[in-house]
Amino acid sequence: MRHLLSTEGLDAATATSVLDTADTLKQTLLGREVKKLPTLRGRTVVTLFYENSTRTRVSFEVAGKWMSADVINVSASSSSVGKGESLRDTALTLAAAGADCVIIRHPASGAAHRLAGWLDGVGSQVVNAGDGMHEHPTQALLDAATLRERLGELAGRRIAIVGDLLHSRVARSNVHLLRTLGAEVVLVAPPTLVPTGAEQWGAEVRHELDPELPKLDAVMVLRVQAERMHGGFFPSAREYSIAYGLNQARLDKLPEHAVVLHPGPMLRGMEIAPAVADSPRAAITQQVSNGVHVRMAVLYHLLAGEELGA
Amino acid sequence: MTRLLLKDVRPYGEGDPVDVLVDGEVVAEIGADLQVDADEIVHAGGAVLLPGFVDLHTHLREPGREDAETVETGSAAAALGGYTAVFAMANTDPVADNAVVVEHVWRRGREIGLVDVHPVGAVTVGLEGEKLAELGSMRRSAAEVRVFSDDGHCVHDPLVMRRALEYTKSFGGVVAQHAEEPRLTVGAQAHEGPNAARLGLAGWPAPAEEAIVARDCLLAGHTGGALHVCHVSTAGTADILRWWKSRDTAGRVSAEVTPHHLLLTDDRLETYDPVNKVNPPLRTDADVQALRQALADGTVDCVATDHAPHAAQDKDCEWSAAKPGMLGLQTALSIVVRTMVRSGLLDWRGVARVMSERPAEIAGLADQGRPVAVGEPANLVLVDPDAEWTVRGAELASLGQNSPFEGMQLPGRVVATLLRGRLTAHEGKVRR
Repeated sequence: MRHLLSTEGLDAATATSVLDTADTLKQTLLGREVKKLPTLRGRTVVTLFYENSTRTRVSFEVAGKWMSADVINVSASSSSVGKGESLRDTALTLAAAGADCVIIRHPASGAAHRLAGWLDGVGSQVVNAGDGMHEHPTQALLDAATLRERLGELAGRRIAIVGDLLHSRVARSNVHLLRTLGAEVVLVAPPTLVPTGAEQWGAEVRHELDPELPKLDAVMVLRVQAERMHGGFFPSAREYSIAYGLNQARLDKLPEHAVVLHPGPMLRGMEIAPAVADSPRAAITQQVSNGVHVRMAVLYHLLAGEELGA
Repeated sequence: MTRLLLKDVRPYGEGDPVDVLVDGEVVAEIGADLQVDADEIVHAGGAVLLPGFVDLHTHLREPGREDAETVETGSAAAALGGYTAVFAMANTDPVADNAVVVEHVWRRGREIGLVDVHPVGAVTVGLEGEKLAELGSMRRSAAEVRVFSDDGHCVHDPLVMRRALEYTKSFGGVVAQHAEEPRLTVGAQAHEGPNAARLGLAGWPAPAEEAIVARDCLLAGHTGGALHVCHVSTAGTADILRWWKSRDTAGRVSAEVTPHHLLLTDDRLETYDPVNKVNPPLRTDADVQALRQALADGTVDCVATDHAPHAAQDKDCEWSAAKPGMLGLQTALSIVVRTMVRSGLLDWRGVARVMSERPAEIAGLADQGRPVAVGEPANLVLVDPDAEWTVRGAELASLGQNSPFEGMQLPGRVVATLLRGRLTAHEGKVRR
């Protein structure tokens, strides 16, 4: 039994296969008025979200429905979870009710791993849709899909991930996947937002953004997660914006072909200037669009096709 | 009075086997092949005889969480682990911050009679760190509380800590500190290092412990109060204690290390299994090695289990929701054998020192941690040093089954425990 819990340990062949499938699905559905494939007919997919999310949940839901799966959305606030039911009991209930796949978003790092452990014995599969500060593997896959479309192969490309690395599951998943696909990764943030030992992740760590810009093929801007900040990680939003915000002047220092990504939701004016976010060089809406196809591909590999690495 | 003959035992693991006659509550005779009448004979086959172990740091969960542990089940675990005295931490529900609660725990211990249960009194009301609890009332109660701790919480206000050290000095009390600077550990889930960062777990940095230990040493020196540092977990803390104890004005500062901090590292975070979640957290191999050295050279005085049973639902959940803590009473000896004896860092006299004599001295117990000698109280433990056993949480006496050593094969096992001359455990079974 395999699940998609993280990109750490996901090998290049498997990741490439998912991206290729996503690409095929995208081409297959292109221009179709009715976006419906019969691939997962009769399979039940449950989204179990313990955190608010619009884009990720909708993306998974659309992905499942376009593949004809029965998609059931469970949110923690309106279910028995709100009555105090444990994650374990909720998971076993969903599995007993026939869920073939549980897609979980949870504020606790490792929640998807725990869920997979409980469900291994009953045959349901798990997709991690974001666990605490740990990983968000489908976000990394959709980012890779977007970069492939814009840049071609990722091998040898230099990509910066900028901002709140400490609290970012997106950053962790992207570092692993981008390196697996052969890209060079540079992490840029103030020292207070760099996780301990990040230099051991195989990425370069820098604290100044400007010297990096001319060398980059892509910039991933991260959301500053104010809700996870229990202390002052930087003096002010203004100072952060001056040092790390991706504004027009910085965009101009990037090579012509370089792409800008952001996992959303964006803090416009602080992390990223509105003009940059809306510029043709930003691939932000393309990321959202690719998210559906990537998640279709993940569900396909888990439920209908070959197994994914854990 | 009952007469018990222990045949073929080796006190402190030294010399040829001898027989030890226990008459009533004391050791009456030691000699080769004693020919005496006895009510019961224990054939020990050369097992090591040591003074009964004393645990300065046990969580018995009663009152309040009797589903996780009771004084009775915890006492059974203690007896099976070779303990003759345990100190039951104050973070119960209600908190043991008054004479009524500590007397309840003490009385339950006496009724059960497997181990001397000494309640630890809270330092502050409700463990809230703001107002001193009625320390003197607890001292004057039937429980005669000697050790005070807000364990689980740090007495983080330096003025409150100063007052606690000063106030308890008048009646020989000890303040046992859970050293954790709370501002540095907001949301902390695991040792701050590469493993926690990679796994997305908020870090508990070593200086959060070290800063409080350094501060408290200075306060103990200034006030003359008795400080005991709970569950030392970092190499830096060992360095601070070593520096402090090297001074002429070292005062009364003592420290303990847990078995799990002598063996396990934060590599075990990988599975997100909360059985490995403990406070302070499992740290690095460098910390583990430093703690072993510190225990061997006396910088850290003793081993204390921080035995912390939990109900299944409090551990079989996501990491951040899980309660910190591990079982310890029945595995402590084996972990000490594995980490300290088999490595040559401690001999059996050393084991007696760190598991019995020093903890008894620190807490001011007159009848525990005494030498194995004629006329001394017969609080004893017999250890088979060559036994190997596999830990099965479900087979341990505690109600909780949260042992991080589950499935691990460990060396050394308790053969028998005697409390004031009476067998409380023998060959893996509790004797009532």
